[in-house]
Amino acid sequence: MIAPAKPELVTVNIDGKEISVPKGTNVIEAARLGGIDIPHYCYHPKLTVVGNCRMCLIEMGMPAVDPATKAPVMDPATGKQKINWIPRPQIGCATNASAGLHIRTQTPQVKDCREGVMEFLLINHPLDCPICDQAGECKLQEQSTGYGRGYSRFIEQKNVKPKRTLLGPRVMLDDERCILCSRCIRFSQEIAKDDVLGFIDRGSYSTLTCYPGKKLENNYSLNTVDICPVGALTSTDFRFKMRVWFLKQTNSIDTESSVGANTVVWSREGVIYRITPRRNDDVNDTWMADSGRELYKAVAAEDRLTAVKLNGAASTLELALAAAADLFKSNAGGIAVVGSGRSSVEEQFLTKKLATALKAPAYLVSRVGQGDKILVSADRNPNVRGALVTGLIVSLPSSQLSALAAAIDAGTVKTVVSVGEDLAAAGLTAGQLAKVSVIYLGTHANATSAAARVVLPTLTVFEKNGTFVNQQFRVQKFLKAVPAPAGATDDLVVLAKLAAAASGTAVASEIGALWSAIAAAVPALGTMTFANLPETGLLLDATPWAALPFAEGETLHYKPSSAKATEGRPA
Amino acid sequence: MPAPAQRRIIFQHIDEPGYTNDLACYVKHGGYEIMKKAFQRPPAELVDEVKKSGLRGRGGAGFPCGVKWGLLDKKSGKPIYLVVNADESEPGTFKDRYIMHQDPHQLIEGIMITCFANNVKQAYIYIRGEFPHGARILEKAIAEARAANFCGPNVLGSSYGCEIYVHRGAGAYICGEETGLIESLEGKRPYPRIKPPYFPAVLGLYQCPTIVNNVETLCHVKHIAAMGGAEFAKIGTPNNTGTRILCVSGHVQKPGYYEFEVGKITMGELLNDVCGGPLPGRKFKAVIPGGSSAKVLKFGERFKGKRKVGAEMVDYDWAVEDVPMDFDCLGMIGTMGGSGGVIVMDDSVNMVEALANINAFYAHESCGQCTPCREGSLWMKKISSRMVHGAARPEDGQLLKSVADQIAGRTICAFGEACAWPTQSYVAKFGDEFKGYADAKKTAKPGGVTDLI
Repeated sequence: MIAPAKPELVTVNIDGKEISVPKGTNVIEAARLGGIDIPHYCYHPKLTVVGNCRMCLIEMGMPAVDPATKAPVMDPATGKQKINWIPRPQIGCATNASAGLHIRTQTPQVKDCREGVMEFLLINHPLDCPICDQAGECKLQEQSTGYGRGYSRFIEQKNVKPKRTLLGPRVMLDDERCILCSRCIRFSQEIAKDDVLGFIDRGSYSTLTCYPGKKLENNYSLNTVDICPVGALTSTDFRFKMRVWFLKQTNSIDTESSVGANTVVWSREGVIYRITPRRNDDVNDTWMADSGRELYKAVAAEDRLTAVKLNGAASTLELALAAAADLFKSNAGGIAVVGSGRSSVEEQFLTKKLATALKAPAYLVSRVGQGDKILVSADRNPNVRGALVTGLIVSLPSSQLSALAAAIDAGTVKTVVSVGEDLAAAGLTAGQLAKVSVIYLGTHANATSAAARVVLPTLTVFEKNGTFVNQQFRVQKFLKAVPAPAGATDDLVVLAKLAAAASGTAVASEIGALWSAIAAAVPALGTMTFANLPETGLLLDATPWAALPFAEGETLHYKPSSAKATEGRPA
Repeated sequence: MPAPAQRRIIFQHIDEPGYTNDLACYVKHGGYEIMKKAFQRPPAELVDEVKKSGLRGRGGAGFPCGVKWGLLDKKSGKPIYLVVNADESEPGTFKDRYIMHQDPHQLIEGIMITCFANNVKQAYIYIRGEFPHGARILEKAIAEARAANFCGPNVLGSSYGCEIYVHRGAGAYICGEETGLIESLEGKRPYPRIKPPYFPAVLGLYQCPTIVNNVETLCHVKHIAAMGGAEFAKIGTPNNTGTRILCVSGHVQKPGYYEFEVGKITMGELLNDVCGGPLPGRKFKAVIPGGSSAKVLKFGERFKGKRKVGAEMVDYDWAVEDVPMDFDCLGMIGTMGGSGGVIVMDDSVNMVEALANINAFYAHESCGQCTPCREGSLWMKKISSRMVHGAARPEDGQLLKSVADQIAGRTICAFGEACAWPTQSYVAKFGDEFKGYADAKKTAKPGGVTDLI
């Protein structure tokens, strides 16, 4: 693990409190470090500073020095160095910390500034909170409660603007609610690199819109909804579905690629309503792709596997496991295990254990697409590196199981255990599938589950705990957001029972106990437990695998170390 | 005491019979001779002359021109640009258009001397969209000057080259704000930039060091180069050097533009002696001394205090008529010299209606970037037009002032002050008219006075 570079620290004084912050930190962030809230709308830590909302106005001063001698000027009243306060309020977002900077956030002037800006923001705001999706997570609501006057002096007509403009397939705009902070415009320009949004008209009639002939339809469009401080931009998928205060938040990881964007899964009573990004400055900042937000729909998909099946007929877990054990015995020496780059580290560890006990070769299937250079990498498996770390595989997988196909054709493999991989999609023909007995662990129906002798329904990432190792070799954990559907069993339980059947000894499936076994067996993970893994993940030493030609090209916070790596390398 | 005579330096040839805006006429009157001499001198010397002259910007803020040039980041290695602010859009101001229409080569000569002094290779004249005629004249004049080798490559046979381009605005007041102008010149919406960090002298046009000067200011540079900074500083009064053009409009007998040494003429002399006093049967009521955004002065009010004359502090006790028309004196009495647009209102004017007119203008021109100005200017307009066209409440004046107080000093650019100061000063000085407006509306206006639209 590499220690981050130590930034130069300066001491600033905020409301009389001395705070040490990295030089150049803006005042909003510096105050946050000191536990002081400076309200703001347009400022976003990951976007350029424009200073247009004027909510973060503060009083600023610098220690006085004699212009001629540069000697400090002392204040006889306090015995300390005199502070030259700037009479005009300054914006915190564009004021950077320098040694000796003094800030006041609680003076009558600052209070008046905040009340004034709040009043201005509300006079033309429709105040339709009762029907607004942002209610409950609206900065305008929060800050008018915290910093507003609480009454209105406005008796004129409010401006009227379009209420329902579809900016793109996933984003709806209510122009009346918009406070013109320009976060969405800056996001589109600076992060998504898809400059489609802008303002038309001027003054208070300014209106957000797409450029003529353009749409906000890039794969990052929903981030504008996340960063919209008000209810102007809403998700067409989520709007009017659920009040946010009813939702439970569970930390998770985006499984669509090896970037491993950190996410929050919002659910209520076992139903997931939305997925939003979770800030991790080393992985995804505060962003995630739209495609990753749709993944929750797999939980309640039509083709979800919820019944244990044996030879095509409904069965029980015990009977199915017994049948699998029989296959292990009868075909001993003729078994292959297909693990998955979508499995968690724990599942891969157990897959490896199963393969070892069966003396079976372990395969993995790669999924390589085009990286978008932002937060979707070329490797669409979230956890290929987990398979390397746990030793399930020693070289990078290919997209086709040609070695396995040859072994089936040769008759040396009679039973295949597939952990969630569709063998047909990985190149096995229907004929080859018919020649072997397949034990399939998976979440959704496919050609392999249809052909399998034993079908063991397992869980999606939203229904279980685990860890993934992303492209940076960062171990990150995801937690169970919703309960498993009836009929499906935790992958770890199924794998542990299969491994026990194969080896004849009991195998732990509870994640805490399992981690003791993992830590003991995998040196790279030796010091870790599931419980002490930090929210932002833990970076592993990648040197043992540095020579492998990983598929990923450059993405946010990731540069490929291997010179051989090319974007979208064909498998 | 009669008013001092005009001293026409910039406007020397304006309205002169037979004087045309072509190069031949300009050269016949000694044009470009000063530039030829200036090009023989080291550039730093020219900058020093401007610093010595004490010339203050004529665009509105009155910032010392030499200091502005001194702030230029010359070490960055990036090109330095000159942007000529010809977006004369402050209501009540009409001086730059006459320079551009009638004496464009004077401006070009001033630009070329400025460019040579500051090692500028490209200059842009940003002219407001409402001046199509001026833009055409400038383009013709630049072509003439270029053909005669007064600008373009290898000026006057030297190794120095400088191109001048005319860029037309699209009709927005905010483009007169220097950073808004720069954004517009870059092809974007003219949203003024935050300072820090975007000071034009360091991060201006295309993020390069940039000088933004007003048309009249640059014309003065030519005359400073001609007479020397020290000599120029003797014109006018200390710290308010040179001459300036005052544009008088409104209720006087002879409105128009007049050039005087700065500070040598008082408001009373200007309005009564030069402009012929109020219209028959009327009395002066109020005057805005520096464009519509300056705070209004009320005839009858007095200003007392101390001011520096030479080395001494001297008491002053002025009526509006006694105030010298310079940056410092107007600043002392709480208003500003601004752009030199003097707007006179007589007793036929209702101040609520006058403010409604000004508020409508600023609400229309607010760019909409930052909250206080965007929302405040429109709110003030809505209040004042409701007062005029709907139901006026006695408390509306105080509400207006309170809204204005929430704008000034809290915005990205000076537009915040520009739209707040009229309201603040009208309500402070004519509060009774705001309180009693509901009744005043019911009485018919004196004959010949037009209604507010």
